[in-house]
Amino acid sequence: MDPQTIIARRVARELKSGDLVNLGIGIPTLVANYVPPDLKVFFQSENGLIGTGPIPEQGMAHPTLTDAGGRPISALPGACTFDSAMSFGLIRGGHVDVTVLGGLQVDAHGHLANWMIPGKMVPGMGGAMDLVTGAKRVIVAMQHAAKGKSKIVAKCTLPLTSARPVSLVVTDMAVIGFPDGKATLLETAPGISVGEVMAVTDAELAVPDTVPEMKL
Amino acid sequence: MKAVSLEEAVAMIPAGASVMVGGFMGVGTPERLLDEVVRQQKSGLTLICNDAAVPGKGVGKLFDAALVSRLTATHIGLNPKAQQQMLTNQINVDLVPQGTFVERIRAGGCGLGGILTPTGVGTLVAEGKREIEVNGQPFLLETALRAQFALVHAFLADYIGNLAYALTSRNFNPVMAMAADTVIVTAEHIVPVGVIAPDHVVTPAPLVDYLITNG
Repeated sequence: MDPQTIIARRVARELKSGDLVNLGIGIPTLVANYVPPDLKVFFQSENGLIGTGPIPEQGMAHPTLTDAGGRPISALPGACTFDSAMSFGLIRGGHVDVTVLGGLQVDAHGHLANWMIPGKMVPGMGGAMDLVTGAKRVIVAMQHAAKGKSKIVAKCTLPLTSARPVSLVVTDMAVIGFPDGKATLLETAPGISVGEVMAVTDAELAVPDTVPEMKL
Repeated sequence: MKAVSLEEAVAMIPAGASVMVGGFMGVGTPERLLDEVVRQQKSGLTLICNDAAVPGKGVGKLFDAALVSRLTATHIGLNPKAQQQMLTNQINVDLVPQGTFVERIRAGGCGLGGILTPTGVGTLVAEGKREIEVNGQPFLLETALRAQFALVHAFLADYIGNLAYALTSRNFNPVMAMAADTVIVTAEHIVPVGVIAPDHVVTPAPLVDYLITNG
């Protein structure tokens, strides 16, 4: 299984029936593909829709039905639309149960940096800061390391997205949580040992006596 | 509300004006008004828009024509031209979290001085802003945002200017229609009064100053 699929499948297991969920761009978007059909999850697109559906079939796209990247999507039965003030009221007001976002760095305290690399990449934060500040649970879905460099760091060197720590980090190697504010190894990916995770993790990780393997 | 041509409407906008434009990645943007802004070369604009769209689409056309000198937005990463104009200091860019962006405009349209938001506390966004504690929780004071003009795109407009929107093209349009001195609207369809049921009107007619005639 490729790294992105491992991450997306594991994150999908965090979602519960009735959850209002906002998925970010990239790996988080893939999560929707692995939600079991009997699980009734509402997906929000922050440009003004609850009830996003799959990419429409050829010739069925409509210019006024798009995702936050401006790409055509469909809407499921029961979908509803609203303006951006309502959309971010939902996000900041704690009405979104789970948001899944990509990350550049997460540190030992659960702080996330995912919106800029000073001098290199300054696209703007879009909705990321509101999502991390306001959603009930914030899950970061990202590769454990980039070009051999750990993305789980002792302290973020990139600008933070929020002062509020995230709830969970799911990578292609591990699931990391922050009980009592301390980065803790909760699960390892299939075929990956605790030692292998520790070897590519910069942040100090607490390791419980038993660390189960991810169920996918 | 007054029905006017594109040419007449855009002629009212002086060079250097502050302009809010509805739309999200070019969806729900009054394209015809922007084409006319480009044709009349209204330069030095202060643009308030969620994003910079992409070259050739929505407000992207304003960057293609180098008509923007200041920009308040939440994300410009998908428009390389806007990025380049920012990095070479041709435009002065203020990047704002999206929830803060829309709420500042809402405040501007609702007679509020600003809003208190937890978003941005403890980040770069907090620099130079007042932090105010309410019931033990820190908030940032974010000031209201208004413009001289709002360029709004609706799905339906009736003959007196009531507006309804379609799907995700609603986005910032109804909020911006509250927050500018002069509101100019294009609509996909102009329909008789009564076609939009009272419960389905999103922007009430008295907010609309000018409706661009179709055809």
